[in-house]
Amino acid sequence: MLKILKYSFFDLTRSSWSYVYFLFYLLLGFVLLFLNNDLSNAVITLMNVIIMLVPLIGTIFGVMYYYNSREFTDLLLAQPVKRSSIFLGQYFGVALSLSLSLILGLGIPFAAYGLFKSAVIWDFSMLLVIGIFLTLIFSALAFNIAISTENKIKGFGYAILLWLFLAVIYDGLFLLSLIYFQEYPLDKFSLIASMFNPIDLSRILILLKLDISALLGYTGAVFKDFFGTSKGLIASLMVLLLWVIIPILNIARVIRKKDF
Amino acid sequence: MGRLFFLLFTFLIFSLQASEIKVCKNCEISSIQQAVDLAKDGDVIRIKSGTYYENEITVIDKSLHIIGENEPVIDAQFNGNAFSIRAENFTVEGLKIINIGTSHTSDFAAILVSRSKNFEIKNNRLDNIFFGILLERSSNGKITGNEITGDARDQANSGNGIHLWNSENILVHNNSIIGVRDGIYLEFTSGSRLTQNFCKNNLRYGLHFMFSNNNDYLDNTFENNGAGVAVMYSKFIKMHRNIFRKNWGSASYGLLLKDIDDSELKNNYFHDNTIAISADNTNRILYEANEFADNGYAVRIRGACYKNVFIDNNFLHNSFDVAYTGRINENEFTGNYWSEYTGYDLDKDGIGDVPYRPVKLFSYLVNRTPEAIILLRSTFIHLMDFSEKVSPIFTPAELVDDKPQMRKIVW
Repeated sequence: MLKILKYSFFDLTRSSWSYVYFLFYLLLGFVLLFLNNDLSNAVITLMNVIIMLVPLIGTIFGVMYYYNSREFTDLLLAQPVKRSSIFLGQYFGVALSLSLSLILGLGIPFAAYGLFKSAVIWDFSMLLVIGIFLTLIFSALAFNIAISTENKIKGFGYAILLWLFLAVIYDGLFLLSLIYFQEYPLDKFSLIASMFNPIDLSRILILLKLDISALLGYTGAVFKDFFGTSKGLIASLMVLLLWVIIPILNIARVIRKKDF
Repeated sequence: MGRLFFLLFTFLIFSLQASEIKVCKNCEISSIQQAVDLAKDGDVIRIKSGTYYENEITVIDKSLHIIGENEPVIDAQFNGNAFSIRAENFTVEGLKIINIGTSHTSDFAAILVSRSKNFEIKNNRLDNIFFGILLERSSNGKITGNEITGDARDQANSGNGIHLWNSENILVHNNSIIGVRDGIYLEFTSGSRLTQNFCKNNLRYGLHFMFSNNNDYLDNTFENNGAGVAVMYSKFIKMHRNIFRKNWGSASYGLLLKDIDDSELKNNYFHDNTIAISADNTNRILYEANEFADNGYAVRIRGACYKNVFIDNNFLHNSFDVAYTGRINENEFTGNYWSEYTGYDLDKDGIGDVPYRPVKLFSYLVNRTPEAIILLRSTFIHLMDFSEKVSPIFTPAELVDDKPQMRKIVW
């Protein structure tokens, strides 16, 4: 598996898309800091970008890479290599190279603007950790879609739809249900509902470090007790981890039975 | 001849000057109450350093100057007031008063002043107190340079740092009040000025007005109190150049306005408060040249607010700039700088060409369904706010700033 991971990783680091992605973050980081000149405001703006773009790029890259390397995969499948190492190797190759672009692309400008001496270093590392989680989650989901859909156009369609659903539509439905059931106690419901969407969960985790904590407290003790403590932080990170593990296990399960 | 004249002169001065009574542990007079009883009008009582276990030191109708040298400690041993004064033209200076006991029936204070005039209480240190300085029916006093610290845990069993009841023309200047219930409390008090005070970590309010008209508070700092300042049922209050910061918590406010009329807020600085200003039933208030930065809500307007004007303020990076309930009611926002403003300025006059709508649909929704706050800064909410901005349906359509500034205002 490591060999295939290494191959996929170097294949991707040579591909121009990784550089585009890396340069995009680099530029974004510098422009944000140039315009704001204030690390903590830049972190808030960056959060908006990360929870939108990282899932989108993770999804598209995942699907694209799977379909592009289809012939190479067929070749590998003919060799005496374990199926799970082929696909998981490819998956981790994609996810790692994307994460690396993210870390370097954002890390360099922020480090240049004195991140290590500033108080926002924890917020920023939280942002990066969540960015990495989102990359892992969405490329895994993308692989799931690509493996179960032979038709490329359909595969892309589903992938985009998945992103659209989790990034936008889910919150809309969430809000509608909150308004519709506003006569009922809703704090537990919204707590659970936010766990079912990795983007929402990531957003809340970052916001807790920034501005939401006091605003939440005034709504209901349930949020504050949960998200405001280290127990809540650990639980949320665990849920994010589950969001990574379950799709990966699903990839492993599907490819074992799949007839290529 | 000259020497004789000098002697005569010094004699004259000494005979004119009031006498001075020294109090110390080994002196002839070793208790403050004894000194007070012996003293005549205009005398100075000089208290040397040491600890005096005394309470209910009562001064009635004597103009005394009670001055502590090297901070003598007066320990009331949790029993009644330390000083209880009813007089004119007196001074209390340089004392350290500690251990005032709490009570549910009486307001025991370190210094209780009642029906007094023309007095000065300065540079005292009050520690572990119930009430600090308590004024009743007094006027023309100065309270300056005192340091008051308490150990308030719950509101029922704690008192206020400086409490003015039914008084007028009091100057409260340069005091620091930490860890009591209300830092400074004015009730039925008028014509007073509060300047350069520092109120921190107080359980309820840093400064609290009740039924107190025509007062000014200027250049004060309120940090991490339950609420920075609460102004209630008062009129004609001037609030200038104060700093409200870090009043951050689930029910915290920077400034809480309730039933107040004809007042002005100028050049104040609100930073890191959960709700910087909450206004409820306020009329004809001028908010000018204030800075609201990094607050949860910058301004929250509840019902029954008429003719409030917001002009030349900076709204910087607040989660919500304005939350608004009810109709527009002749309230006006004009010429402010909003960090979230995205319009353009084609004629380069520094004023945006597109009016700015400070109330977001989301803040309206959060008002109705508080749990929705969990969706703060999500993409869907951005989309929704954007479409509401383009064509307002839920938020008051007239609530616009038609002269939004393009750059942060420098006053």
